Amino acid sequence: MSLNFANLIGALPAGVAQGIIWGVMALGVYITFRLLGVSDLTVDGSFTTGGAVTVMMILGGVNPWIALLIACAAGMLAGFATGILHTLFSIPAILSGILTQFALYSINLAIMGMAANKGLPVDKYALAITSRHIPTAIITGLLIAAVIIALLYWYFGTEHGSAMRATGCNPEMAKAQGIDINVMKVIGLALANGLVALAGGLLSQYQGFADINMGRGAIVIGLAAVIIGEVIGSALLGKRMNFAGRLTFVTIGGIIYYLVIIVVLWLKLDSNYLKLFTAVIVAVFLSVPNLQAHAKSSFSRAGKMAKTVKED
Amino acid sequence: MTAMLKLTNVCKTFNPGTINEKIALNHVSIELEENDFVTVIGGNGAGKSTMLNAVAGVWPVDEGSIRIDGTDVTGLPDFKRAYLIGRVFQDPMTGTAADMQIEENLALAYKRGKRRTLGWNVKPEERSMFQERLKSLGLGLEDRMTSKVGLLSGGQRQALTLLMASLQKPKLLLLDEHTAALDPKTAKKVLELTQQIVERDHLTTLMVTHNMRDAIAVGNRLIMMDEGHVLYDVRGEEKKKLTVEDLLRKFEEASGETFASDEALLSR
Repeated sequence: MSLNFANLIGALPAGVAQGIIWGVMALGVYITFRLLGVSDLTVDGSFTTGGAVTVMMILGGVNPWIALLIACAAGMLAGFATGILHTLFSIPAILSGILTQFALYSINLAIMGMAANKGLPVDKYALAITSRHIPTAIITGLLIAAVIIALLYWYFGTEHGSAMRATGCNPEMAKAQGIDINVMKVIGLALANGLVALAGGLLSQYQGFADINMGRGAIVIGLAAVIIGEVIGSALLGKRMNFAGRLTFVTIGGIIYYLVIIVVLWLKLDSNYLKLFTAVIVAVFLSVPNLQAHAKSSFSRAGKMAKTVKED
Repeated sequence: MTAMLKLTNVCKTFNPGTINEKIALNHVSIELEENDFVTVIGGNGAGKSTMLNAVAGVWPVDEGSIRIDGTDVTGLPDFKRAYLIGRVFQDPMTGTAADMQIEENLALAYKRGKRRTLGWNVKPEERSMFQERLKSLGLGLEDRMTSKVGLLSGGQRQALTLLMASLQKPKLLLLDEHTAALDPKTAKKVLELTQQIVERDHLTTLMVTHNMRDAIAVGNRLIMMDEGHVLYDVRGEEKKKLTVEDLLRKFEEASGETFASDEALLSR
């Protein structure tokens, strides 16, 4: 088995383009996971919803950019559903997300006319982003990511966005300041899933089709991007990291994740093991901060230190 | 003149119909005049914090009515009453958002109970006002406006919470054993700040405490609770002359038991 280095270099640009798209999705995951403190599993479904809606809209003659906005709205609806299940009916957030995701499987099939996948004649439409021309795809992706990061930076700096951050950080404090934490959670979930669906729409245009399984594992990839971005960001910037920097690194985390995947594929590892590999990466990165803390303070360390004590 | 706070026959039972049933508030009626600074004492499970939580709207009461400055708030959850109430909690972690900056926390509190817009949270013209207020605490926090609150000590966080509770003048300030989790020196400092802020802003205050000496030294009125009702209510000159021994005797007379709180006894 020989490895051709030129093949790897050749595959990198496509990896960057896809990575940016997953990076946009990771921004949505960041909102729920880090700012609201919720592990929202809706995203596996809403990502596909975004792809399905986008493809069907474009096939129906809608402008590909408008199709993305409609996909975003559809994703917000999915997040809204999860939010209502969680707040109004007091179902745990993780279970609410699973329920919505489960329901979305049927809904996504229905959107695609009961087909498991739907192709997009790439040459027939002026798509927002396509793998046919990767340099343009990268630039377009970066611009979209930059606009979204700017919007999020603005929103979370406003009175309303700050109230949402307070809700995630300390619900008791938020209530004492007169903030309706249920409304905030619903808006946050809707916002996050809107971004996730937008990313799904971008991916369906990029690859030229929507597939009922395209969102499977999206939450894990999103978490991977968030965590990789945070680890690298804090290593490079440390305490100088501000909110805009954090969002930027989350997107970069998506790109790095995808580049790692490209390398794995280049190493000719069986791609069937990709999900296992991703899960291991996420588990490792999630445990790093805990292991670091553990190294500083653990019983085994205390035990070792005790042995050095000289009793007289 | 309408009372600033009026509780009428307020009842609350926890876990009704179970083996853990506990009558926490048993027909409590009290009235606070404007500028009253009332300290509330009582043994463990007497209903002090429960009464405060009933006023704050943490959960709905079973019976009775709660009015703040003439407004009936009985049917409103906590966040809808927040525009009338400033709160400081026992746990210094509860009152502030640790991952947010000092000025962001203050800006959130400055908008308490108001519509939160898409305008910038920390406005430049408000920043100097926040800074001035922080300076009045005398803790040097005015130079750390953009520090995360999580980096502050318990005492600093409690002082900040106090400032946040009074930044937008509340009709009612609720202090729930807010010095209990602090070391004695810090507790003294925070209590001094409390008196200073209450006096300066003329706040109507309800302060729950375990410390009998504090309860006597602070405020113009003292309420002793036991088993969910008010046992003893004293104010003015009469309150000033009280001693811890008086309070213990009153408690024994009224309830027929000895006062069951180690913290209160140890603080003699």
